[in-house]
Amino acid sequence: MLSKTRQSILSKTGSPLIVCEHVSCTYGNAPVVNDVYLTINRGEFVGIVGPSGSGKTTLLKAIIGSQPVAHGSITIEPQLTIGYVPQVETVDWYFPVTVEEVIVMTRAKTKWWPRITSAERTAVREVLEKLGIADVANRHIRELSGGQQQRVFLARAMFCQPDILVLDEPTSGVDVRTRHEILHLLADLHQDGLTILLTTHDLNGLAAHLPRVICFKKTVIADGSPRDVLTPQVLETTYGAPMEVLEHGGMPLVVDHGRVAMRGEGK
Amino acid sequence: MTLAFDLFEPYGFQFFRNGLVVATIAGALCGLLGVFVILRGMSYIGHGLSHAVFGGAAASAVMKVNYFLGAGIWGVVSGLLIARVARRRVIGADAAIGVVTTASFALGLALMNRYGQASKSIEAVLFGSVLGVKVADIYAVALVALLGLAVVVLGYRKLLFSTFDRDVAQVSNVRVSLVEAVLLAMISLTILVTMRVIGTLLISALLVIPAASARMTTNSFSRLLWVSPIIGAITCFVGMNLSYHLDTSASATIILLDALVFVSVYGFAGVRNRTKMASLGHL
Repeated sequence: MLSKTRQSILSKTGSPLIVCEHVSCTYGNAPVVNDVYLTINRGEFVGIVGPSGSGKTTLLKAIIGSQPVAHGSITIEPQLTIGYVPQVETVDWYFPVTVEEVIVMTRAKTKWWPRITSAERTAVREVLEKLGIADVANRHIRELSGGQQQRVFLARAMFCQPDILVLDEPTSGVDVRTRHEILHLLADLHQDGLTILLTTHDLNGLAAHLPRVICFKKTVIADGSPRDVLTPQVLETTYGAPMEVLEHGGMPLVVDHGRVAMRGEGK
Repeated sequence: MTLAFDLFEPYGFQFFRNGLVVATIAGALCGLLGVFVILRGMSYIGHGLSHAVFGGAAASAVMKVNYFLGAGIWGVVSGLLIARVARRRVIGADAAIGVVTTASFALGLALMNRYGQASKSIEAVLFGSVLGVKVADIYAVALVALLGLAVVVLGYRKLLFSTFDRDVAQVSNVRVSLVEAVLLAMISLTILVTMRVIGTLLISALLVIPAASARMTTNSFSRLLWVSPIIGAITCFVGMNLSYHLDTSASATIILLDALVFVSVYGFAGVRNRTKMASLGHL
């Protein structure tokens, strides 16, 4: 089943941007990511789902190059610009920087002049305006709401005009409204032609809305459209717990078995 | 006018003028690098390195080896040892620093006790000695200060990026390990050239307190890079003068003055601005 879906995806979309072959990563001696085959093509919108500790962040870091690969190879299309959005929880919000300074950082490699130039200032405004937070440019990063925080780091990733956006848990720790906003924002960016790869543990709120979902637990369990992938068998293999999949508004809706049983007992 | 005359009295001494210049430059330099030390949570590294170099300084004094050569090599070896012990992951980097540098420091003390005749210059390394300042020391400190300024100005964006967000900086093709190595090398150089003048204890304090005080006054990284060296330079300048008139140790006076500045800013920032108190999360 796995190879079939991979083939259909390969033939359907643009040129491959990222190809993982036989990829394994380890922490000490323990394998965290094991024997992963994965291709991300231009123009795709892909979500990697799996429980915490399943190695999805490690895989993401291996792809962006900040985690060494123990075995196998990750081939990145030459001249590919990656815009990376880290997990909001990992950001040091006490750090003394303004929003503008955060966004301009991505030009650190090409520019050395310490001061932000007026051209950069204009470019920052443009990106912020596109993401609907034009008024926060001069604020300290601590003075932002949850949704604004996520957008600022999205803006930073967008600032270097990337070919692909890579996001680690973009909706973790945000409320329902912010989650909707982020999802719509990403859908718009994808519509404009951006390739997007993200990780999430949010099955119903995020994964079910994406065109391609990869269920991940140390390795690829299943890969395809949510309808094909979000099945009880695949989810049980991924999460190690029985789950039921219902249909709601034409989309799969994953229900945790444990929760249903408890509700039944209460009645 | 006798008061004004008294204030300028120490300026009549060559050693005092030399010491004052070195201490003021060292204060500014440590204040500048201290910004990165506190934001990167490296204060223990600064502390450790200065103590490790003390061992090297003592050993080179006993063996009559050139100070810069002996202490410099010693510092590099300590750094490599720390990196090696910490890489095993079984014990944390902080513990590795604790083991290596305190052992180095203890060795320095033992040498100081055993070989009395060399102890004068060893004690100078511990507490600093304005009497021993030579013109060469001024040149050395000034040179390292210029180098530090050049590194911070030319590498500003890379330093900021890799300090704030190491992973993403790496993804954006910033050579993070190189940036870190340069920063560590600058801190080591600073310790090396200032140690004989202001002493081990003052260096580790100067690498933390002015930057920590400055951090509470501003949320802007670029302003922090101005304010911290200014606090460092002023406290060193005033502290040197005070130490002459009060007949106290120069390094002790400067540290106490820095601590006083810190406490005042802490109190003031707490009353005035709650969001800036949040910045204490870094200390």
